[in-house]
Amino acid sequence: MTDATLTRRTAGELAALLQAREVSSVEVTQAHLDRIADVDDAVHAFLHVSADEALAAARAVDARRAAGEQLHGLAGVPVAVKDVVVTRGMPTTAGSRILEGWVPPYDATLVERLRAAGLPILGKTNCDEFAMGSSTEHSGYGPTHNPWDLARIPGGSGGGSAAAVAAYEAPLAIGTDTGGSIRQPAAVTGTVGVKPTYGGVSRYGLVALASSLDQAGPVTRTVLDSALLHEVIGGHDPRDSTSLPEPLPGLVAATHAPDVRGLRVGVVRQLSGDGYQPGVRASFEAAVGILAEAGAEVVEVSCPSFEYALSAYYLILPAEASSNLARFDGMRYGLRVEPAEGPVTAERVMAATRGAGFGDEVKRRVILGTYALSAGYYDAYYGTAQKVRTLIQRDFAAAFAQADVLVSPTAPTTAFRLGEKLDDPLAMYLNDVATIPANLAGIPGLSLPSGLSDDGLPVGFQVLAPARADDRLYRVGAFLEAALVERWGGPILAAAPELEVSAR
Amino acid sequence: MSVTTDALLPFDEAVARFDPVIGLEVHVELGTLSKMFDGAGTTFGDAPNSLVTPVSLGLPGALPVVNRGAVERGIRLGLALGCEIAQTCRFARKNYFYPDLTKNFQTSQYDEPIAFDGRVEVELEDGTTVAVEIERAHLEEDAGKNTHVGGATGRIHGAEYSLVDYNRAGIPLVEVVTRPILGTGARAPEVARAYVQLLRDLVRALGVSEGRMERGHVRADVNVSLRPSPDAPLGTRTETKNVNSFRSVERAVRHEIQRQAAVLAAGGTVLQETRHWHEESGTTSPGRVKSDADDYRYFPEPDLVPIAPSRAWVEEIRASLPEAPAVRRRRLQADWAFTDAEMRDVVNAGAVELVAATVAAGAAPAAARKWWTGELARTANARGVDVTELPVTPVDVAALQALVTTGRITDTIARQVLEGVLAGEGTPEAVVAARGLEVVSDDGALLEAVDAALAAQPDVAAKIRAGKVQAAGAIVGAVMKATRGRADAARVRALVLERVGS
Amino acid sequence: MPTFSSEEVARVAALARIDLTPAELERLAGELEVIVHAVARVSEAVAGLDVPATSHPIPLTNVFREDVVERPLPVADVLAGAPAAEDGRFLVPQILGED
Repeated sequence: MTDATLTRRTAGELAALLQAREVSSVEVTQAHLDRIADVDDAVHAFLHVSADEALAAARAVDARRAAGEQLHGLAGVPVAVKDVVVTRGMPTTAGSRILEGWVPPYDATLVERLRAAGLPILGKTNCDEFAMGSSTEHSGYGPTHNPWDLARIPGGSGGGSAAAVAAYEAPLAIGTDTGGSIRQPAAVTGTVGVKPTYGGVSRYGLVALASSLDQAGPVTRTVLDSALLHEVIGGHDPRDSTSLPEPLPGLVAATHAPDVRGLRVGVVRQLSGDGYQPGVRASFEAAVGILAEAGAEVVEVSCPSFEYALSAYYLILPAEASSNLARFDGMRYGLRVEPAEGPVTAERVMAATRGAGFGDEVKRRVILGTYALSAGYYDAYYGTAQKVRTLIQRDFAAAFAQADVLVSPTAPTTAFRLGEKLDDPLAMYLNDVATIPANLAGIPGLSLPSGLSDDGLPVGFQVLAPARADDRLYRVGAFLEAALVERWGGPILAAAPELEVSAR
Repeated sequence: MSVTTDALLPFDEAVARFDPVIGLEVHVELGTLSKMFDGAGTTFGDAPNSLVTPVSLGLPGALPVVNRGAVERGIRLGLALGCEIAQTCRFARKNYFYPDLTKNFQTSQYDEPIAFDGRVEVELEDGTTVAVEIERAHLEEDAGKNTHVGGATGRIHGAEYSLVDYNRAGIPLVEVVTRPILGTGARAPEVARAYVQLLRDLVRALGVSEGRMERGHVRADVNVSLRPSPDAPLGTRTETKNVNSFRSVERAVRHEIQRQAAVLAAGGTVLQETRHWHEESGTTSPGRVKSDADDYRYFPEPDLVPIAPSRAWVEEIRASLPEAPAVRRRRLQADWAFTDAEMRDVVNAGAVELVAATVAAGAAPAAARKWWTGELARTANARGVDVTELPVTPVDVAALQALVTTGRITDTIARQVLEGVLAGEGTPEAVVAARGLEVVSDDGALLEAVDAALAAQPDVAAKIRAGKVQAAGAIVGAVMKATRGRADAARVRALVLERVGS
Repeated sequence: MPTFSSEEVARVAALARIDLTPAELERLAGELEVIVHAVARVSEAVAGLDVPATSHPIPLTNVFREDVVERPLPVADVLAGAPAAEDGRFLVPQILGED
């Protein structure tokens, strides 16, 4: 017997129930597995559900708790993990056919930390292939559907994690964000997502997209839940050379009795206005108004180089990705395809495997990146993009001299329809225009719902802070969330239509 | 792969008509315990694929972290080569697809080497020295090992498939690149060899590498070009890859000079290409031309951060450097009172450190030299191994010599004892005991043998009595034979004369 | 700026070791033409400016591990994902040429 209402609880509430022994981890885990069975045919948030392992982990936590062991605060609360994160003994495909059936022999550092803290892993969530995309339509295994409207995209690349949380299939999920892949799905699904400071969460075990941009982070329904999960997975890791050596700031603590009085909030001129849907702008402006009312000092800041951020991003990312994805060649693991005709040489098998195993978007970006690094083009493309990156960092430095946090809409539009932008790569890329600058500069960003647009779909509100000041995101996020929930009379997801439960 | 026979100009004619310029790129495998970017072990001869972690296997998600020990060794070698040590340097990715490369890129230092602008003096066999300028020494990782199965020749080209072992993948290397070495003329092959040998000696003396040629710890790529005269601009060069013994380095340079000279003499042009070295035939053949060979799409490795060795660290390493081999040789020669010719013998036998260790273990320098450049050098040569690889230690040789010096065995017997040691029978002491080779020093036993010999040859005994003392030699010979050489001939002679005279 | 012909796409795809069908070549040529044109705008941003390149968002230096051996993967795990293996080694198709 499971209690379906358990899936409506936040991770923080579940943790309290578990600590009070009012429920067991097995009950909580089973409730979520049941919910997955009920709705995931329609949502398709998961590529793999690891029911047996999750229940075994839940039983172990329950036994340890029964034995009186001191457990981590989140012990027993289940979590879903984006499929670009390697999980020992659990298939990991990064949404690509080229890795179909691959079972990693090791855990990502963040997965080790989840397991050590006693969080049962429900399964692996869908994403755009190798996290390249803004809609999950580029998954090699079919798209994920937005729980608010199944005909719409859940954002990307981490649409699976966001949809799983929005559809109550998991209280917590892990995402990865290279140009917005945590924040933009959070925005279009009415959930919360955080991209930590670059180096704040170990990248060891993330199937790399763009090494200098990738960062893993929490995907949840509340700001507090993100802080709780962030504290589990964050902190120094000697296996990642780019991991920050200093301890995380107090993130959960920052959500307690949050206050924005005297806080300088910078509205980035270049991240609003033209190109942003009117309903998105209205929701954003209303939220800024709430901060101002609460005593925040709202200033406008200008970041002129952001105009070039998208271009720089679409050179740096493909260049790094072309190298990171070179290892998928059919020699050591994953798919191997022999050429249809002609001699079977290693070189030709590599090309045939990559031709068959990679989807359109991956091919597009790998070829673009190879081109940008190739002889004669490096300086004009990759080299110049790295200089733009310096300009963007300088813009941020200047902006943070005027403001403690920066804010913008997370994405220019609400969830668009599946298929709507599939044939126009540039239009698809524009979804990330507001999220990309943070990745280029390595600074942290959070997206939380600010309300519904005039189309009835959720709008995301982005908060950006200086590097290593992730706590500011949680302070502002927790304050705004509390103010909004009070106005709405409940969480925004309460406004989402109930999903039809499939026959079992 | 069939080896085409290239036309060759006789060497003397080639170097009379053309001025050779050489350059060497030598890969030195560093003797760290763990790999360049992960904690997998680096031992030799383990089961295939038993020394890999997710990092050296290039698994999705795995990330590199630089081995401090490899950087320390890189700095150490750089300093010993007289190089500047970079204030800051980075790794880059060299992108190309090849099955022995787990990530399909090699992590290597590209435009920012750890050490650069050095210079070493290379000493040739006749004592001439040649200055070789070092352009750079940079850190990188080794690749895995392909074994080619099937196909007629076993060469890559004819193979039906390959088996790959990644134990070597990720082992740290330093690549030492010279500037073009000019003005060596007919001695170019000899200079190339001497340089590689010096580098090998250096890495051993520094303790940065075991420097075992047969294990590929030191692998040379040999660049050769010819020009009509020393005033002319540099000619087109070829790069002969993976030349892995001193002798082969010399032969490869010699062969390329002769081959290129023949091409140029016939009015042809030398192609800029990489070539393969064929040990058996002593020839080179062109490598396959790859369309993307030169487009490695280098870019800074984003998974690693820059290395900025503090000056304090660099000076600490500098202070711990041992004497340079050339300086050390000059000092040892003086200590040992060897002539130039004697010292050259020792150097050419590759036995400087062995002699030093033998002397340290108590042997006289002359005796130590005699063993290592004589009997042991011949044995090594006959076995086709390096003298350092013989199963005999300097301590053994010193012990052997002590047995001779103290009169417990004779020189002739000493050779038998050495045979026993080389055959794995134990220390010289143990071999003497086991084989019963100790000199018979008991006069009673010797007298018995003398009396028997005198009795057997009464005519000789008579001659001796008659004052023909030199006739005693026949009796001494008989006694030596009877004791299987274990007697001291001088003592036997004294006993013979004593016996006959009494 | 060069136009992105399908021949150019084919050249780069060969460098990237990706087999493409003629239809893919054709389509990618058109798409990449547009994308490259858009991203080439980065040159406007730095025109006339002397700006250093940023390769790492957060600057760190001298991150090392000590030279210590750790437990390797079990050989069975190493080869578990291999499309083909023999005698403890990865079996790969014949290799033409050498690096």
